[in-house]
Amino acid sequence: MVDATAEVAEQPTPAGEPILSVRNLVKHFPLTQGILFKKQVGAVQAVSDVSFDLYPGETLGLVGESGCGKSTTAKLLLRLETATSGQAMYKGRDIFTMNKKELRALRRNIQIVFQDPYASLNPRMTVGDIISEPWDIHPGVVPKKEHGKKVKELLEVVGLDPGHTNRYPHQFSGGQRQRIGVARALALNPEIIILDEPVSALDVSVQAQVVNLLEKLQNEFGLAYIFIAHDLSVVRHISDRVAVMYLGKIVEIGRQQEVYEKPSMPYTQALLSAVPVPDPRARENKKRIMLQGDVPSPANPPSGCRFRTRCWKAEDICAEETPALIDRGQGHPSACHFAEIEEIVATESA
Amino acid sequence: MSDRATGVIHETRTRDYEGHLLEVEDLQVEFRTPYGVVNAVNGISYTLDPGETLAILGESGSGKSVSAQAIMGIIDSPPGFVTNGSIRYKGRDLLKLPESEKRAVRGREIAMIFQDALTALNPVFTVGFQIGEMFRVHRGASRQEAKQKAIELMDRVRIPSAKERVGDYPHQFSGGMRQRVMIAMALSLDPDILIADEPTTALDVTVQAQIMELLDDLQSETGMGLILITHDLGVVADVSDRLAVMYAGKIVETGSVYDVYGNPAHPYTEGLMASIPRINQKGEDLSPIRGAPPNLMRIPPGCPFHPRCPYARQRCTEEVPPLYEVSADRRSACHYWEEVISSKEPQRG
Repeated sequence: MVDATAEVAEQPTPAGEPILSVRNLVKHFPLTQGILFKKQVGAVQAVSDVSFDLYPGETLGLVGESGCGKSTTAKLLLRLETATSGQAMYKGRDIFTMNKKELRALRRNIQIVFQDPYASLNPRMTVGDIISEPWDIHPGVVPKKEHGKKVKELLEVVGLDPGHTNRYPHQFSGGQRQRIGVARALALNPEIIILDEPVSALDVSVQAQVVNLLEKLQNEFGLAYIFIAHDLSVVRHISDRVAVMYLGKIVEIGRQQEVYEKPSMPYTQALLSAVPVPDPRARENKKRIMLQGDVPSPANPPSGCRFRTRCWKAEDICAEETPALIDRGQGHPSACHFAEIEEIVATESA
Repeated sequence: MSDRATGVIHETRTRDYEGHLLEVEDLQVEFRTPYGVVNAVNGISYTLDPGETLAILGESGSGKSVSAQAIMGIIDSPPGFVTNGSIRYKGRDLLKLPESEKRAVRGREIAMIFQDALTALNPVFTVGFQIGEMFRVHRGASRQEAKQKAIELMDRVRIPSAKERVGDYPHQFSGGMRQRVMIAMALSLDPDILIADEPTTALDVTVQAQIMELLDDLQSETGMGLILITHDLGVVADVSDRLAVMYAGKIVETGSVYDVYGNPAHPYTEGLMASIPRINQKGEDLSPIRGAPPNLMRIPPGCPFHPRCPYARQRCTEEVPPLYEVSADRRSACHYWEEVISSKEPQRG
């Protein structure tokens, strides 16, 4: 515990202006019926009223289970999907109202790395072509003559052999492919990289290599990361701040140590308690909150608090009133009418 | 898991065999592909007792699933061939049984569940029909009886409102519920051994916790032996009694889960432990294992781990390490296991 508080002191609340400010982000996917005359019969509320800030040079972890809207949020920020409503301010400009030209400039500064290193690299392009393609789209970043040299530099930065520019993706292992994806994202010197489950498809021993690489690059280039993952241990390791999502909403957000050591939203507590700890001695004294049932359908989410159907603290008010994401005295915002800190994972000093 | 499972329950099972419930000895499996021979499993041995949970831990391509498929006799052949070894179930070598007798063991006495419950279920039949099929095929039950049994089993694996859902199709169930359906099918004939191949890998962490708890409860109820195949060090620590770590088709370390996690005796195990971030600490830099697992068509000579091993020296490149005895129930396939076990800090690669 002593170590943890010391760490808090070292990492003050991110100062300065946020580089990215997301406010009331909403994305509904229409559900239609009929083949010829499509009629909207409902909507999957993938992202509902999500707000957060991202500061320069920090890592914001976005955790939650499948279907909670974390990947949709990422796609909205790059306008790979169109937001239903809301704002995302990048350097004072709203991403969602940008014209084509502005959007192109934006995508230079915000890059994304996808989960599946097998599907996200074109199998017919050489590694050199994959990494230099962004420069063809954004002329002026690197002059044509220097493409070859710069590709080699980037390969070296991500820990690959610079002599491999003429190889094809299938000649690389999963971890190496993910490094190629990272090199491509770095090619345009972005300020923000969105990492959508970047290590989930990798083996444990390789996963650590990529996590270390990402941390090294962040220090070197001052990148801000939005790190999306379902693995809570990895998120804790890499993130400065963490947002927990459930059914399209952020239910708790705070600095890494606050969310993990002082979780106050019942869902966060249940989520943390479900993570298996790789230490058999932890079996006996482990608190485990077993959630009942499944996540409700996002097409028809519960009224009020979306977690209330599975919550052991739920009362009438939870069905009537959506709890705001505010600090109720626990030190960081949490969306629960009955927010109360409970220690779930006994923290060891590292 | 075993503390609760031992005792009264499995004494009711008649024991008419010598030795262990399951004994795998020197098992070797290879796949003959147009590109060359893939040596998936290269001489592994382990045992399983009733009520016990044995975890087989390994990364992709370590041979952990193939070894289980060999026990079930479900390796596609060709290209897959069991080239050596024996799999003794209650004293009888499954590899030597005629196909008809193998069929009787498979499913009835040894059952298996898979990672991907959606592809393992037939989309055009109701789950009730598929669970009941076990009784119709193996026990000759009528459709009505089979349906009744299916409802009972769905209750047992805690699928809510089983009676109403018995006529639903797989796509109408969530991932966790589908895995429960698979477990219901596996348990239908009351097997002595359940092999769970990455049963929770495709599931969210809260659902994973539910499924692991269910397996734990069912094991205590039935006293079956459980082989849990996984790459997740957390899941292994949570539920298993004993553990076998696999690398490049070999078991590199085996022992009680407390011993192995407490102080690994093989550099690969040590490397794995050092490379995972932990939820209960922010931690410093992770210490990954350098390099990547070998291609199974070209396994390095000597110790297969030597190109990635911080302890490796000349001998490791020439001499295949046997499973050295570390203590009575613990083995390590490292020439220098004493050095590994006495090192406090994992060495960086």
